[in-house]
Amino acid sequence: MHEWALAEAVVSTISRIASEKGLGEVIEVTIRIGELQQIDLDAFKFALEQLSSQYSIRAKFEFREERAEFRCRVCGETWPFKKEDLGPDISEAIHVIPEVAHAFLRCPRCGSPDFEVVRGRGIWIESIRGGG
Amino acid sequence: MMLDPRLSVIEDRLKGVDRIIAVSSGKGGVGKSLIAATTALLLSERGLRAGLLDLDFTNPSSNVILGVSAAHPIEDKGMIPPEIHGVKYMSITFFSGEEVMPLRGGDATNAFIEVLALTRWGNLDYLIVDTPPGLGDILLDLLKLIRRLMFLVVTTPSRLSLETVRKLLALLRGVRAPVIGVIENMLTDISISVKGEVERIGARFLGSLPFDPRVDGVLGNPKKLLETKFAEKLSEILDQALKIT
Repeated sequence: MHEWALAEAVVSTISRIASEKGLGEVIEVTIRIGELQQIDLDAFKFALEQLSSQYSIRAKFEFREERAEFRCRVCGETWPFKKEDLGPDISEAIHVIPEVAHAFLRCPRCGSPDFEVVRGRGIWIESIRGGG
Repeated sequence: MMLDPRLSVIEDRLKGVDRIIAVSSGKGGVGKSLIAATTALLLSERGLRAGLLDLDFTNPSSNVILGVSAAHPIEDKGMIPPEIHGVKYMSITFFSGEEVMPLRGGDATNAFIEVLALTRWGNLDYLIVDTPPGLGDILLDLLKLIRRLMFLVVTTPSRLSLETVRKLLALLRGVRAPVIGVIENMLTDISISVKGEVERIGARFLGSLPFDPRVDGVLGNPKKLLETKFAEKLSEILDQALKIT
């Protein structure tokens, strides 16, 4: 359950920021979820709920899903992530470590493995709104 | 604000690890991976809880040295490394398989952070880190992200290797990173040991490992690897360097 580890990271960060900023309570947290990470959103929400209570965080979580896009550094081609084109093992490997995409994906125009993930990688905390 | 939450859990993931040792060199091809993997095996053989983390993402080889085939990390609130011959082992090859995986620096950093944030090492006496050669992104990331890291530096008798080690040691000294010492690998009958040179640089010379032509034939077989002269001599060096009894 990889989602649990990511949720732990999110809750730990919220707790740290709340402490650093002197927030009495955390009201709302916005999380950006990159498509490349292929998060099971229900499992992630469940983990956030369980872990938040351990940290006495009662925040409302907002999620923004971001589509993944690649750009070839050689020819400039851009293309989207298509999970359906990959087998389950490759898809799972990219889920755990998104950079593994460089082992399995190639530029559809020139075949280069030298591409960048323009957007849609990983989990990011976009905002933490607190009070008190 | 855009925060990467993974950075918050890295220390927590390593809290059960007593000592973290990065095996580094200025150049590739000096036997760093072999020394890192054999060190982890030797520590485990003595009943110590040892782990091995391969951070050479683009040219990993510790999987070949350890003969890793069917093992895979278990997903349980993160990734629990499998035990290979008593050593908890994590490598990107569990995910990239046999594929070629070229990575630019930023991608290597991201993969490194992901591995640190996800891997649950549990309690270890030693975590040995096999680093890619040189003074690139991963070395800088290690220095930034794992504060209590100690370095074991590897050179060969070649002056070319020693020159790069000199730069590596200068960098480590500059950032006050603890260096256990320098091991000289692949010493042959006709080599001139770099012991004096290493000591002139101000580093501790830990010892020389002989060039052992039989090692190549036992790669993939940890039991046989531990029976080589190479492993026997490395064991003696570690006794002194790490004060293991």
